[in-house]
Amino acid sequence: MNRFGYTRAGSVAEAIQAFAAHPDARFIAGGTNLVDLMKYDVETPDHLVDITRLPLDQVEDGTDGALRVGALVGNADLAYDRRVQERFPLLASALLAGASPQLRNMATTGGNLLQRTRCHYFYDPATPCNKREPGTGCPAIQGVNRNHAILGTSERCIATHPSDLCVALAALEATVLVTGPNGDRRIPFAEFHRLPDDRPEIDTTLAPGELITAVEIPAADFGAHHTYLKLRDRHSYAFALVSVAAGLAMDGGRIVRARLALGGVAHKPWRDPAAEALLSGQPATDDSFRKAADHLLSGAVPRSGNGFKIALARRAIVRALRQAAAGTPQSQTDKRIQ
Amino acid sequence: MAPPIAPHTIDLTINGTAHRLDVAPWTTLLDLLREDLKLTGTKKGCDHGQCGACTVLVDGKRVNSCLTLAVMKDGATVTTVEGLARNGQLHPVQEAFIARDAFQCGYCTPGQLCSAVGLMAEGHAHSAEEIRELMSGNLCRCGAYANIVAAVQDALAAQSTQREAAE
Repeated sequence: MNRFGYTRAGSVAEAIQAFAAHPDARFIAGGTNLVDLMKYDVETPDHLVDITRLPLDQVEDGTDGALRVGALVGNADLAYDRRVQERFPLLASALLAGASPQLRNMATTGGNLLQRTRCHYFYDPATPCNKREPGTGCPAIQGVNRNHAILGTSERCIATHPSDLCVALAALEATVLVTGPNGDRRIPFAEFHRLPDDRPEIDTTLAPGELITAVEIPAADFGAHHTYLKLRDRHSYAFALVSVAAGLAMDGGRIVRARLALGGVAHKPWRDPAAEALLSGQPATDDSFRKAADHLLSGAVPRSGNGFKIALARRAIVRALRQAAAGTPQSQTDKRIQ
Repeated sequence: MAPPIAPHTIDLTINGTAHRLDVAPWTTLLDLLREDLKLTGTKKGCDHGQCGACTVLVDGKRVNSCLTLAVMKDGATVTTVEGLARNGQLHPVQEAFIARDAFQCGYCTPGQLCSAVGLMAEGHAHSAEEIRELMSGNLCRCGAYANIVAAVQDALAAQSTQREAAE
């Protein structure tokens, strides 16, 4: 690791100030991704601002059944929170599909949103990477790209966003609350992460020095009609090749409203309101599910090693919608996929 | 050259003993335990949070000490594998690992033990299936998994028998 200074912030204002006082500072909380990237010299901050003592660690009820999750609430604490288990089981399921129990004990809600891609080239400073060093090129496009994106890529970057939590938050239409040198902002989840286009080094729409303070999740009315289906190379403790978060508002056998988000396939959790609209008013049948899947994947571009993801994603979407319609969400313990 | 960065003084209670320590910001809890305090029971496997060999308990919760900066844990209570036994009596998880022959080379064992103690405190594992899932952050290259699951099952059963007896 490079050498860096350290400040333990006692308040949000102090954290913002300490960050601004250094040219290349980073906020640190759980550290599960940042410390790892620092060990690879991918991140080389001159200063760390420790935000773990800030009062942002509460889960609170908001208005109209919404939940306000402080940025420092741990992934495990959130997954096992009674309100999350009862009212937002899709969120709990996605959290428990990610990482390991140790990492979930360390990782925070805000930090999960700010995870960087696990692209091998991004992680290896011996190789070029437009995300790590803008303008140097993307070896993944012609190289090892089995884990890479099939949707929303650019000629500069085909990296994926690694989070499971974020896929659920996209489907739940959460809002990210941030504060910074220019005051407070609310960012709709769909606008929080960005596509790589010609600036793959920028993952989110956060301005420099802005700090996530909370995530607000509006009430979900899917009842038991939800699922988080994650497909990966191991049964546990691996990033998604493809994951699907689905929530359906049902009226008998008919779909009233659908939410559908994909993980492992793009630079951000992938949603397409038009694909969701195709399901509204339709019978909950494989035929309806396939039409939505085809629409979601209509712009998919295969690379040399990840073409399989298109067929895998199509089948995963159909399977997830079947699980959601039947009210039999995927277990994150019993790995059999029904 | 930038001026050297001064160390930070932190307080840690490690296996019941209070320590006041000067640490550089980049010192991980793992390196502090192994290099400075000579508590070499905690192992460095991957050093990237992927194998679980470095698992310790911080304020009762299992974490990867390789991804933990020591300076951030000022005031915390840390338990390593050296601190699991009490008054010369092995922890029930340690007893169960021996009874079930739940290790071969032993390198992952300190992490497995601390992880299992954390798992028991969390209270979310009941079946073998749940134990497998909630121990998945600890890799064993020898493949002693079957016996590890059995050992954790035994320890959980002993724990619930003890709780029932106390009620």
